Amino acid sequence: MNIIVCIKQVPGTTNVNVDPVTGTLIRDGVAAKMNPYDLYALELGFKLKDKHGGTLNVVSMGPNSALEVIREAIYMGADGGVLISDRKFGGADVLATSYTLCSGILALGDFDVILCGKQTTDGDTAQVGSELAEHLKVPHAANVRDVDVDGDRIKYVSNLDNKIVTAKIKTPCLLCVDGEVNTPRLPSFKRKLQYGDCAEQIRIITFDDLQDKDETHYGLKGSPTQVERIFNPDKKSEKEIIKDGNLASEMYKILRDRKFV
Amino acid sequence: MGLVINQKLVNDETGKQLVELCPFNAISYENGKLDIGVGCKLCKMCVRKGPQGVVTFQEDEIVKVNKDEWNGICVYADSDHGVLHKVTFELIGKAKELASVINHPVYALLIGNNCDEDIKELLSYGVDKVFVYEHEELRDFDIEKYANCFSDFIETVKPSSILVGATNVGRCLAPRVAARFHTGLTADCTRLEMKENTDLVQIRPAFGGNIMAQIVNPNRRPQFCTVRYKIFNSPEKVEEPKGEVVRVEIKQEWLKSNTEILKIEEKPRELDISEADVIVAVGRGLKSVDDLAMVNELAELLGGVVACSRPMVEAGIFDAKHQIGLSGKTVKPKLIITLGISGAIQFTAGMNGSDCIIAVNSDPEAQIFDVCNYGIVGDMYEVIPQLIKQIKGE
Repeated sequence: MNIIVCIKQVPGTTNVNVDPVTGTLIRDGVAAKMNPYDLYALELGFKLKDKHGGTLNVVSMGPNSALEVIREAIYMGADGGVLISDRKFGGADVLATSYTLCSGILALGDFDVILCGKQTTDGDTAQVGSELAEHLKVPHAANVRDVDVDGDRIKYVSNLDNKIVTAKIKTPCLLCVDGEVNTPRLPSFKRKLQYGDCAEQIRIITFDDLQDKDETHYGLKGSPTQVERIFNPDKKSEKEIIKDGNLASEMYKILRDRKFV
Repeated sequence: MGLVINQKLVNDETGKQLVELCPFNAISYENGKLDIGVGCKLCKMCVRKGPQGVVTFQEDEIVKVNKDEWNGICVYADSDHGVLHKVTFELIGKAKELASVINHPVYALLIGNNCDEDIKELLSYGVDKVFVYEHEELRDFDIEKYANCFSDFIETVKPSSILVGATNVGRCLAPRVAARFHTGLTADCTRLEMKENTDLVQIRPAFGGNIMAQIVNPNRRPQFCTVRYKIFNSPEKVEEPKGEVVRVEIKQEWLKSNTEILKIEEKPRELDISEADVIVAVGRGLKSVDDLAMVNELAELLGGVVACSRPMVEAGIFDAKHQIGLSGKTVKPKLIITLGISGAIQFTAGMNGSDCIIAVNSDPEAQIFDVCNYGIVGDMYEVIPQLIKQIKGE
């Protein structure tokens, strides 16, 4: 079984503010990390591989610094990794990102199952997986909690609002994995010593490696949505801030006046 | 892409300046050469705030869509075996507001089986037309079949905007269909507005959730967005529903699927914090798991439930179903008390519609005080035990 897991490097913190004077973004320079939701997808992938054999490769789109999370995945147990990286991919929204991932994955050859995390912590859209499946023209399921192989199909359990659905899906397919469905393994120190910078395990794909070389499908040009402006959220104008006095009594008064006690 | 570097103006000074300026670390300067990498989010900070003329933005020529061909605001009716999710009604209310700006009709798109009750309910909220895709093979949600019906609806009706509830089904279906039409999709919008030229203004927390982004999709149609439950208000029912029902004949080819459903089980009824009237939410200010006792006691005294912010789930103290925020649940209770929560937008976007917000935090600069009705600047460990005593009348 040929398994692909999509991973992303995200900022270690989500503290971004707009400077009220200059209107510039202020970002805390804290180290980047692997998107935590991707760890559950990886672990589910390892489970499939351990049980049914085959290979597990990770795919990431991002700048060169994203090689770090690919290495981490290899230390965890992935056989190899691919970084899809090119200046032409910058400024991509969900449509262009998913399309670029699709083109990169097609350049790799055949796959049986693609696993994606539920969402990223820097975008929080939870859309890229489903759009990727559409571009690849493969069936998909979201909120997947468990998987197993059943003949030539993949059996999965998915969490659909008020229902738990068990279904069989034909391969090739794509599954978006829910959060907190397993306990992701830690990177192995032994593998780290063995593979080092993973030069042999990692391949970098650029625009020139893709079959579709129409630049209007990638990056900013391939992104239908445009950010018109960014701003700090409204502050509530009518509010009462209580700093002094007996705070508990003040709070009790508020609750009593508004008939909560 | 649209950013153009004028290498003639690049030198050690301007190069380093730009590298430092970029909030996304997307600019590199090596061996006298400046480059913009894939991390670029097109915030254009380098154009606006960087050294004059080094990086400029060039508008690309864009194929314009004929917006007059696309008419109507559509709400996807999220029906789970004949029970409409309440987010559907909230979206109908918002769709009517948006449609009134541009004088468009409001549509509902319903896919399922045994749809009569759902149709009646949708009409009662005053939609102009309900488009119905009804078939016994559409009884259970199947991504391929539903996406095919959805696509047929878009091709036939050509709606200008489509609002989808951000349920698990909606989040699975909307991106699939949006990608098929090569159009934009904005997830989890917290505000929607309509421009005279029918462009839908979509506002949502962005870049990890501490700032808001205003997003448009000016050159493609339809415009797609998802909205979570409890973001907008449910409208009043209309007294005399006048909407029309359009039943679409199902083509066999739409029902092809690579998925075979083996079993559907009802989830055991579990706590849903979004349905609670009173919530006591706790965050990083909590020093130890044992201290949850006082939080639980306060919630109990107020007849409410306990919820939390994301770090508490990541620390394994709470189950994800207690989490408020962009990656958790949206809540709109009559009262929410936040204890030791700093108030990143990631969190506040999931609760700032609440009727009454009382925030307790020892940091007077905490962002939570920007969204609260009452801010108590103090240590929760001093305030809460005393408050509990007072409520108990001790």
